[in-house]
Amino acid sequence: MNGHLTVFELSKPGRIAVDMPTSDVPEESLETLVKAEYLRSKPAQLPEMSQPDLVRHYTALSNRNFGVDSGFYPLGSCTMKYNPKVNEDVSRYSGFADLHPLSSPKEAQGALELLYTMEQYLAEITGMDAVTMQPVAGAHGELTGLKLIRAYHRARGENRTKVIVPDSAHGTNPASATVCGLETVEIKSNPDGSINLEALKLAVGPDTAALMLTNPSTLGLFETHIQEIAQIVHDAGGLLYYDGANMNAIMGVVRPGDMGFDVVHLNLHKTFSTPHGGGGPGSGPVGVKQNLIPFLPTPVITYDGNQYYLDQDRPQSIGRMHSFYGNFGVIVRAYAYIRSMGADGLRQVSEDAVLNANYCLSQLKEHYHAPFERNSKHECIITAQKQKAFGVRALDIAKRLLDYGYHPPTIYFPMIVDEAIMIEPTETESKETLDGFIEVMRKIAHEAETDEAKVQQAPHSTVVGRMDEAQAARKPVVRWKD
Amino acid sequence: MNTVEGLKYTKNHEWVRVENNIATIGVTDFAQSQLGDVVFVELPEEGQSIHAGDSFSVIESVKAVSDVYAPVSGSIAKVNQELADQPDLVNQQPYDAGWIVTVELTDSHELDELMEAKEYERFVSEGGH
Amino acid sequence: MAWSYLPHTREDRELMCKAIGIRSTEELFSDIPVSLRLASPLKLPPSLSEPEVARHLSELASANKSVRELVCFRGGGAYDHYIPSVASHILSRSEFYSAYTQYQPEISQGYLQALWEYQSMISELTGMEVANASMYDGGTALAEAAMMACAAGKKDKILVGGTLHPHYREVLVTYARDQAMSIIDVPPLDGIIDLDRLGWLIDETTAAIIVQSPNFLGNIENLKEIGRIAHAKGAFLIASVDPISLGVLEAPGVLGADIVVGEGQSLGLGLNFGGPYLGFFATTEKFMRKMPGRIVGQTTDNRGNRGFVLTLQAREQHIRRNKATSNICSNEALCALAAAIYMSALGKTGFREVSRQCLQKAHYTYSSLTALTGCEAAFTSGFFKEFSIKLQKSVTKVNEGLLEKGILGGIDLGGYYPELEHHMLICVTEKRTKEEIDQLAREMEALI
Repeated sequence: MNGHLTVFELSKPGRIAVDMPTSDVPEESLETLVKAEYLRSKPAQLPEMSQPDLVRHYTALSNRNFGVDSGFYPLGSCTMKYNPKVNEDVSRYSGFADLHPLSSPKEAQGALELLYTMEQYLAEITGMDAVTMQPVAGAHGELTGLKLIRAYHRARGENRTKVIVPDSAHGTNPASATVCGLETVEIKSNPDGSINLEALKLAVGPDTAALMLTNPSTLGLFETHIQEIAQIVHDAGGLLYYDGANMNAIMGVVRPGDMGFDVVHLNLHKTFSTPHGGGGPGSGPVGVKQNLIPFLPTPVITYDGNQYYLDQDRPQSIGRMHSFYGNFGVIVRAYAYIRSMGADGLRQVSEDAVLNANYCLSQLKEHYHAPFERNSKHECIITAQKQKAFGVRALDIAKRLLDYGYHPPTIYFPMIVDEAIMIEPTETESKETLDGFIEVMRKIAHEAETDEAKVQQAPHSTVVGRMDEAQAARKPVVRWKD
Repeated sequence: MNTVEGLKYTKNHEWVRVENNIATIGVTDFAQSQLGDVVFVELPEEGQSIHAGDSFSVIESVKAVSDVYAPVSGSIAKVNQELADQPDLVNQQPYDAGWIVTVELTDSHELDELMEAKEYERFVSEGGH
Repeated sequence: MAWSYLPHTREDRELMCKAIGIRSTEELFSDIPVSLRLASPLKLPPSLSEPEVARHLSELASANKSVRELVCFRGGGAYDHYIPSVASHILSRSEFYSAYTQYQPEISQGYLQALWEYQSMISELTGMEVANASMYDGGTALAEAAMMACAAGKKDKILVGGTLHPHYREVLVTYARDQAMSIIDVPPLDGIIDLDRLGWLIDETTAAIIVQSPNFLGNIENLKEIGRIAHAKGAFLIASVDPISLGVLEAPGVLGADIVVGEGQSLGLGLNFGGPYLGFFATTEKFMRKMPGRIVGQTTDNRGNRGFVLTLQAREQHIRRNKATSNICSNEALCALAAAIYMSALGKTGFREVSRQCLQKAHYTYSSLTALTGCEAAFTSGFFKEFSIKLQKSVTKVNEGLLEKGILGGIDLGGYYPELEHHMLICVTEKRTKEEIDQLAREMEALI
């Protein structure tokens, strides 16, 4: 029950979970130091807990939570791979964790070297010419990338305000465009999620700033006409933006830079194994081709062959995107990952990720509708269309998986596929794990036909059942009140 | 899907009921069923003037959000304040207690552009959404 | 070659290829045009074993001078506060850190509850009605607040106190540029916003006034009066605050702030060379549905149990797409968890004590330093844990001297404001002892 009580209900006046030293400087009354009207009138009612109770509270909460270390987590488009433990340790080294961001570069040479080197590695992996490590999430990377594109067009005296986005895109793409003051033009994809070339030709024009694309697409399929697409967009004077959410499929095989992309963002918390943290902190570095380098966010890290510096003097820069240099602690982990894997390792990562997705697809397509005939890349899509006939929806299948100890795949995305179930196993799952999951998925397909209520009412074995989300949103209770 | 005879309908799934130059506006049964559990209706101000085709309200459900477009022009006479407390009236009684605003019409000819119940049903069944 | 993160044996791969009906994994990439495929391996250094990685990273780490080795009197938005041991231990639980966003509430109750508790504590601390589950950092939280204020007020002019952290101002300007938002600076007087000038600059087209308090120069702003000036013209007050100061200083909500944001790094996060940090964001109930970021709400399940879910999702990018007013999705959840642990570990009395000691120790340092010849107070306004002093020498030179004695001196304000050449911004947290402060004063005396 402890885990269910809130920290406020557990609180008891007079308790504390950390011993504070008494102040050893001569003190004066607060009123002589600060104007009385600026002083707090009523202390913040923070909970009061002893240390053992506090630790039990959070341990109980952790027991009511599921992570990659708890079990299989095939959440499509999120790349929930294993988070190597040495990366956690190295990021906590004092020289990194206790380094002040406003240290002079002379005192931060190791950190700057790491950032600078990481930029080179990511440029090589993506086939770009330069990288900024400042963005701290995928969406932050998108916004940075679009700002770079706007600055590029602006510097050429062109006012291009439209971003073309396929209807299969991640929701962040149009949202980032809006936040960047750009208008989204949505084009209909082909049924397999690939770009409809005719629709694209009609959509491009002198107002086209960019086309945003994920490749492999959000359906997990490679965009085979990518060179033609690049040609169409470039001929119209627009740039090509690569949403790196699906980079885990192609490392060491093919590079966005070689496909014709001008700007890319990566998600270090997806492709490069850093923990998702329960929804962050992430890191969303952005890579660009030569012609966009002048616009990169400041400060830019430079190297003269001897020392690393922070360069603020970049007149064409879009400016600063983060208070300091991005999520350095996350970047340290990703750096350790790249050094652990090397070029061969990263290619093996992508091969195994793609192998795992296709293996799942091959073993499930008899039991679930599989809308695409082609080999998928790192994630595959099946649907609940067959089960829908028995009144069982994708949501029910997802909830039933909870009973069997799995985190469900992504459901109802991409939106262009009805009852979509998107499985991204990642490369860190063994054949045995996949076989176990496949067996359960088959079992659920059978249950849908024979005992649909069991699936419809799932989950049965979790600490709580299905939540009343409408109630939560109608009368929001978003904080503790006595 | 439910419709009510005598009301006028739009392609954006709003309905209008006109009495004495006052138009009552809401969203159709089909619209509410597509949205699912409505959790919040962003209401405009009384006295605000609206133009046909402009969005004047936003309906939020748990997993979706939809603009409500003015079927006709005019100034908003009354706003259904009940929706602030009970947004699910849009689900339960879309054509009655779930109304959103009343508008004093400036141009009753705009009504001619709208669909009759039968016409709207056909529009929806042909996938017009 | 085998990699410890990759479980497949050669036999596994063969069996799986067979099951798929292909001869090798190569075939799975056959749809990629040959002309595009890489002909040679990526140019990256060869892979390292775990001990080699640890050694290499250890070398890079030791090429930095951390506050473990130095006595830190530097702040400016990144602070050397004590982090209770419980924080790192709880954060090491991978049920938390290896999870993703709480899309499946049934198996995410622990994290959802922790974030809800975080929201509650931030609301309480700032004196606001609601808080979200985190933003990227102090600078971006401020930019998002400005965007929200413009959207809510349907206006596009923002007045910014000239005492705002210069990096936050830069982030704000970067965000504003493509949003048709105009940013107007309000110059300071004696290290705080000049209220007369503010009164002249504000008009009915102003969406919001942005004020940092304690501000970048360390001084406490008159939030109440600034709020009054804002509200008189129908503008909102956005306050960017140091959460630690709220143990002693009045909650901005009580003083009339409409949006309160800030950098939460002080709440149990390491310096980490600038990130990951934590943007916090709190506002009034009126703006709840316009707030960016994720929000956790309390509800009940189908068995009648209390539980928590991500709520008000219709605001967010994945539903609103191009009509969203913010594009944030991944945030800094784990940092919010750290902050929740920190606040509940210190609790009501401990939090106030940390805040009180920062204030007392900073004032003791101020008295010690301003008593020296060649060092004077830069401003007369009241301050919290940071203050500005004026030297007769180059701050860089003084800092180099201090560094030799193992002290990380204050920020060179001249680097940000030419008119503040020879000015140093000193920060004193509760971690500094009298002995360290006295040593700073002795070394400063010798250097100036």
